[in-house]
Amino acid sequence: MAETKEKQTYQAVIGLEFHVHLATKTKMFCGCRVAYGDSPNTHTCPVCLGHPGALPVLNEKAIELGAMAGIALNCEVASHAVFARKNYFYPDLPKGYQISQFDEPICVGGHIDVPTSDGTVRVGITRLHLEEDAAKNVHVGESGRMHGSTGSLVDFNRGGTPLMEIVTEPDIPTPEAARATANQLKSILQAIGVSEADMEKGQLRCDANVSIRNPDGSFGVKTELKNMNSFRFVEKGIAAELSRQQEIIEDGGRIEQATMHYDPATDEVYSLRSKEEAHDYRYFPEPDLLPLELSTEWIEEKKARLPELPAEMKSRFVESYDLSEYDAGVLTADRDLASFYEEVAKSADAKQSANWISGDLRALLNEEGIEISDSKVEPKDMAELISLIENETVSRSAAKAVLAKVFETGDSPSVVVEKEGLAQTGSGELDGVIEGVIADNPDEAERVRDGDKKVVGFLVGQVMKATRGNADGGRARELLMEKLGS
Amino acid sequence: MISEEQVRHVANLARLGLSDEEVARMGGQLDAILESIEKIQELDLENVPPTANPLRLTNVFRPDEPRPELDRDDALSAAPETSDDLFSVPRID
Repeated sequence: MAETKEKQTYQAVIGLEFHVHLATKTKMFCGCRVAYGDSPNTHTCPVCLGHPGALPVLNEKAIELGAMAGIALNCEVASHAVFARKNYFYPDLPKGYQISQFDEPICVGGHIDVPTSDGTVRVGITRLHLEEDAAKNVHVGESGRMHGSTGSLVDFNRGGTPLMEIVTEPDIPTPEAARATANQLKSILQAIGVSEADMEKGQLRCDANVSIRNPDGSFGVKTELKNMNSFRFVEKGIAAELSRQQEIIEDGGRIEQATMHYDPATDEVYSLRSKEEAHDYRYFPEPDLLPLELSTEWIEEKKARLPELPAEMKSRFVESYDLSEYDAGVLTADRDLASFYEEVAKSADAKQSANWISGDLRALLNEEGIEISDSKVEPKDMAELISLIENETVSRSAAKAVLAKVFETGDSPSVVVEKEGLAQTGSGELDGVIEGVIADNPDEAERVRDGDKKVVGFLVGQVMKATRGNADGGRARELLMEKLGS
Repeated sequence: MISEEQVRHVANLARLGLSDEEVARMGGQLDAILESIEKIQELDLENVPPTANPLRLTNVFRPDEPRPELDRDDALSAAPETSDDLFSVPRID
């Protein structure tokens, strides 16, 4: 018991760092196309290959998107910003430095409000800066791809892709809140169109800084957790790292600064070989690029162009559809789901639509691990299903089965009802079934007549059984009571 | 004075292998460079922002429009080693 109590006093301190590809057509400093899945090394030029003498020129769109992201994250857009060289050697970085931003980033000091099961958590945004992505290394040996070779192979298509780094304050209290933060950030970025933020394509990557607060309230030693390639793994990876740290502390040990990797297969974290030398990036202002001077008018113009943000959309959903904060939050956390909902709500009851979409439909999506855009269910199917319930063609419980079938096959709800014989037992038919149940269960019927209401439930159960669940339970109960004069 | 240790550190960061004799020589040369730059410190620079570029220009952009790219064979032709249309590099430790 003591252990449980002690465990509750551990307080996690979590900060996240995101790397996000900006939705530009071309790279950050050259006119090569940004493409995913194209044949290797087909989008390169002397600039992104780091040839001597090649000079970078800023992509205007990337600056705009970076500023818009900052505004959406409630950051201050700097009036003066500069790029800097971050010096290190790695084969995916042909110049020997990455062009990034250091002490004068484009945006600083914002926040996002993240809905969690414990209420809303405000997560501070420390900074947002722009940089170029590295090329892609294919490590040989691990993949076994190259027979006998022991090197790395490099594809420069990704090298130079406009990248935005977003760093949060260590304000995140739990692994679940970390996942919710990542989700919220993703939906904001998608909503304003600055990034597709598809984790599978590597357009959104997430690292975490994780520590446990010391008993005196000061920050403990933090570790950096990398390689979390889905939001689920962000949550699970951080949980695994926290329990590793907790065990060390309970055993009287000390946390050492380290870079950890999360392995989803074993649900464990492991330490990467520590580098002999601490990083020494020797940042200095990039002499090949000129400073940015962003005027108030320029910033205001970007602000005016921002579409509705998830938080604004949520308030609108609460207001105009009369939804609960929770339902509105669930629906607006996913841009596509929100549009789906609005489409359904055009022709069906707003509340019913919200219930079905945030409840059953979302459960089906989660179960399959797919997005609404990949689902076979169309907004018109959802609307039709709701009208079938309203006009009592199907019972509520049968409707769940209908939805599952629509989800599986893509057939319309009425076709499914027809095919599967899921139509609700009509009132005439129901009358007959009830007469039969009363006749088959004379003792129970008698007790109900004598005022024993507890037995009604049993009889309703018999009716449902006889109709294979296709009756409206409430209606059956009413009819039973009526017939038995109770 | 720049220490021998600092010279070795900087050389290591630049991936330069220096002999002991070179470390001593470079140390002297780096000292001379630092000394001449220190001259600037004699000036009052209180209100002068650091200057990274002598051009009095800001916001030099290019539009987000694709430009011609290198043919893959040309791109790879400068590499000492290639494999499967990829640049081949020594193993990373």
